Amino acid sequence: MNPRILLAVAARVLRQLRHDHRTAAMLLVLPALVLTLLWWMFDERGFGFDRLGPPLLALIPFIVMFLVTSVTTLRERSSGTLERLLAMPTGKLDFLGGYALAFGLVAMVQSVVAVLLCVWVLGLDVAGPVWMLTVVAVADAVLGSSLGLFVSAFARTEFQAVQFMPAIVIPQILLCGLFIPRDEMPTVLSALSDVLPLSYAVDAMSTVSATASSSFGGVDPAVWGDLAVVVGFGAAALALGAATLRRRTA
Amino acid sequence: MMNNVAIEVSDLHVVRGGVRAVDGVSFSVPHGQVAGLLGPSGCGKTSLIRSVVGVQIVESGTVTVAGKPAGDASLRHRIGYVTQAPSVYDDLTVEENLRFFARVLGADAAEVDRCLTAVDLDAQRRQVAVRLSGGQRSRVSLAVALLGSPDLLVLDEPTVGLDPVLRRDLWELFHRLAADGAAVLVSSHVMDEAERCDRLLLMREGKILADDSPAGMLARTGEQSIEHAFLSLVEASTEGVS
Repeated sequence: MNPRILLAVAARVLRQLRHDHRTAAMLLVLPALVLTLLWWMFDERGFGFDRLGPPLLALIPFIVMFLVTSVTTLRERSSGTLERLLAMPTGKLDFLGGYALAFGLVAMVQSVVAVLLCVWVLGLDVAGPVWMLTVVAVADAVLGSSLGLFVSAFARTEFQAVQFMPAIVIPQILLCGLFIPRDEMPTVLSALSDVLPLSYAVDAMSTVSATASSSFGGVDPAVWGDLAVVVGFGAAALALGAATLRRRTA
Repeated sequence: MMNNVAIEVSDLHVVRGGVRAVDGVSFSVPHGQVAGLLGPSGCGKTSLIRSVVGVQIVESGTVTVAGKPAGDASLRHRIGYVTQAPSVYDDLTVEENLRFFARVLGADAAEVDRCLTAVDLDAQRRQVAVRLSGGQRSRVSLAVALLGSPDLLVLDEPTVGLDPVLRRDLWELFHRLAADGAAVLVSSHVMDEAERCDRLLLMREGKILADDSPAGMLARTGEQSIEHAFLSLVEASTEGVS
């Protein structure tokens, strides 16, 4: 691994984003709009936003980064720039790490905007420390990025890449506990939800919002456990993604 | 003392897309030479070039570059490689593309200016690549390959669709690089570029038909142009088979 190359890749990804004003604006504004819509919907009832807001804070960076990464890396594969980079002294981890770093930073800005909006404007009740919401959101974003990177190896076109969203992301949204608590699902589905990373991402976010703790940093120890699972899945997907990057192709 | 052989290919076989693209090819290219790989589209030029760069899965045979197996990690900063389709980032400016690849290679920032001048893109440096013409985009791709003055330059059809004046300038540049000790392997399907090479490899259906200097090729076949020499070599080889 070469830090110079890793940082060069990250800076380049961010520079590309800076040229694409429309995508950059959507990355920052859309999550805020969706959260505001949710708040408005539940405004009269007074309770729903506190229950559904935190899961959405976990879902949005995951979904957005999954889509953005799968399309950008597919582009990188089909335009020949990936082949060129791998014929240069670029290590696979420099490439993957550069993407993870760039999109992790974007996710951080995105989630800071979303969290500030939820807490200060929309009045979301957060029992735990507010900064922890951003930490969990960044972990979710990196998870989405690494899964997107992995599936981009199995798509030939951008159309196919986008179709992985209903295949990989939607089942996780259905089973993450947003609609029915995970322990109330049929046994098989509940077991399935136990092995899907998004379930832990949503659990972590909900726990931070619902519980305060006297332990380290005021964070419930269960959150660290959930976060470790999310990070572990992210690292595993990144390793699988690295295996799909081949210097030699047929 | 540096080994003078830049590229050594021995009995190379490549299957690409279910087709036998390279079928028992052997040749070597010394440092200081501009070697042209000529042949029609689909004759296996790209597969052969990809094998030299080390990005192609080969079926059998060996490819050695500067004494190391092709694709060896120590070669990655010594080879400049231009693919047929320009490999640049469409949403970055010309200059940003070059700066990025220069950072990856650890090349001096001054290299960016030198390479942009070499391909005559100084005026376009702040333009986003997607707004460039096809020829300009291939020049950006070529400029990236020139970064850091590589010992081996491998170019897959770099001059297609370029202005004749620029094409002449680029060939002069390739010869200057060769004079400084680099080896240059250029593929083309345009036979009139043949005379600009020190050495020609005529390729057809995965095999090397002839390997000679342009003058030697003409003398051998008694023809006036490389195009005719190619035709008479093809006829001679098919007669031999039937």
